Amino acid sequence: MKSTNKTVLVSAMTAALVSISAGHATAQEAGKEKCFGVSLAGQNDCAAGPGTTCAGTSTVDYQGNAWTLVDAGTCESMELPDGRMGSLEALDRDLPA
Amino acid sequence: MLDSTAHETLPLAPGVGYKPQHFAAIMADPGPVRWLEIHAENYMGDGGRPLAQLRHLAERFPISVHGVGLSIGGEAPLDRDHLARLAHLVGWLNPASFSEHLAWSTHDTAFLNDLLPLPYTEATLARVASHIDQVQEALGRRMLLENPSTYLAFAESEMSETDFLREIARRTGCGLLLDVNNVFVSATNQKTDPRDYIAEFPLEHVGEVHLGGHDEQEDEHGAPLLIDSHGAEVVDPVWTLYAETIAAMGPRPSLIEWDTDVPEWPVLAAEAERAAAILTPARQAVLS
Amino acid sequence: MTVSQTDFRAAVLDPVRPVPEGLVDPEGRAAGKRFDVYRNNVVVSLSNALGEAFPVIRKLLGENNFRILAGHFVRAHPPVSPLIALYGEALPGFLEQFEPVRSLGYLPDVARLELALRRAYHAADTLSLPPAELQALPPDALAEARFRLAPALQLVESDWPIVSIWRFNMEDGPKPRPVPETALITRPQFDPEIAALTPAAGTFVSAIAAGGSLGEALSCASEIDAGFDLTPTLGALISGGALIAIEED
Repeated sequence: MKSTNKTVLVSAMTAALVSISAGHATAQEAGKEKCFGVSLAGQNDCAAGPGTTCAGTSTVDYQGNAWTLVDAGTCESMELPDGRMGSLEALDRDLPA
Repeated sequence: MLDSTAHETLPLAPGVGYKPQHFAAIMADPGPVRWLEIHAENYMGDGGRPLAQLRHLAERFPISVHGVGLSIGGEAPLDRDHLARLAHLVGWLNPASFSEHLAWSTHDTAFLNDLLPLPYTEATLARVASHIDQVQEALGRRMLLENPSTYLAFAESEMSETDFLREIARRTGCGLLLDVNNVFVSATNQKTDPRDYIAEFPLEHVGEVHLGGHDEQEDEHGAPLLIDSHGAEVVDPVWTLYAETIAAMGPRPSLIEWDTDVPEWPVLAAEAERAAAILTPARQAVLS
Repeated sequence: MTVSQTDFRAAVLDPVRPVPEGLVDPEGRAAGKRFDVYRNNVVVSLSNALGEAFPVIRKLLGENNFRILAGHFVRAHPPVSPLIALYGEALPGFLEQFEPVRSLGYLPDVARLELALRRAYHAADTLSLPPAELQALPPDALAEARFRLAPALQLVESDWPIVSIWRFNMEDGPKPRPVPETALITRPQFDPEIAALTPAAGTFVSAIAAGGSLGEALSCASEIDAGFDLTPTLGALISGGALIAIEED
């Protein structure tokens, strides 16, 4: 271990500790008020699917028009470069994009 | 350490199915709600906010653990890993009650996230009874088994659902969870009378009652098809059936279930209030 | 006529299959739409669970496209465990293969980030190392120190700006620039926090996680980027409660 690395480590640790000196608490110590925060969705329950009975029976075919290129989400607005990257693709290249 | 010894049984009063978005409201003012039910599978993680919330709730309320993923009616053996997770949860929480469904949801490693129906035959009876024995052994306590909502029937069925449940309770010593909305939904869907079902039900084994909302549709022949959506208020005919059932068997811990399109807390509290209005006089009648 | 759960399951997941014979309505007629209730429950509930688990993937594709993708995914990869909170392990691999989205090269890594957030959320609670103990380490011991890390710590390496993509969709962050980012997820209390690390910083954390000493991890990172600045990475680990103990030899 080069001594320069040790120096880097010591100064980085000191700086890091100063930067977080604001507080130190952990989940174990968190009180009831911390329990009031947002809960992640995605849970088990025992309800039947609401409403329609057709969603489980429709055979959606992504090779057809069901795949909505015009109604795409935020991927179209991110404009990440790399040529073809950044947009949805239809299998049928004749679909209007 | 968690001390839940004060909550050894569910009170003969209303409870609600716990939703995390109601944590603050429940802690501030539970209204008529005296106990809470959680779905076991949502508290099987290693830590974090779900378990922290549950520890706080358990200090104040009796908790009922309601499993939705054990697949007690499955043709395959019970999932041992899942049973071990359940035993761990029931072990540290020491809830006032544990219940599961007369249904299956897992087959060939696929968990289908729905309570799927069973034919009422001697073979099903033997299988379900042996699975319940296994669960009660693993948990070291008696469990309650809930009657399902059904949308169709099996031509192969040899007995009624009520006879099936009575025999399960006799063979295993388990108690029953009577879901009055499920009785109404299934009876409508099977073209039978929900009152007959209640009259034939072994009410002496009932340890808990469920109430919830359903969705109304029609099948392709124009017959009514009710769906157990838990996404609305309990309908009046179900309240009537509930009141008649309580009158016949006496007060029981009664749960309001609302799982989809979950409303603000006051809406749930109002449903619990309606249950209290039926339960409270029944409780007083027992005492006098 | 008996209906096995094998037959029931196959027909529930495949709408093209006929309803198994022996499932009937009150008049004894074939169950028809009554069986579709179960098909609907399974596919809709699993699709909803997937949408709640992967909100960024859902926003990137748009609601309609996501529902179509979910319909294919949940039938091909139903949950292998009853714990819905952790459903979707197979989604990154599926996104790599699903033809209409193969041009969105970043999708699988964004899905990995969303999976990692859920793992962090449900991970065991741990006590972090008191800052005073770190402060007290002499230089030699500091370089030799190996740490036990919180189980909530998650690292997702990517060639794509996955953290910026996440912030763009979830927090109205700026448009992502095309740089590789490694996501560092920590959970100081109950809410997971995400930090974007450079590849060098990501290498540093994965060396620590693999049991390397601070000195060894620093060397690994410096090989990738000679100008690697350790301070913010250490700060993120400490403030995120990720360092829970110094391993004794």
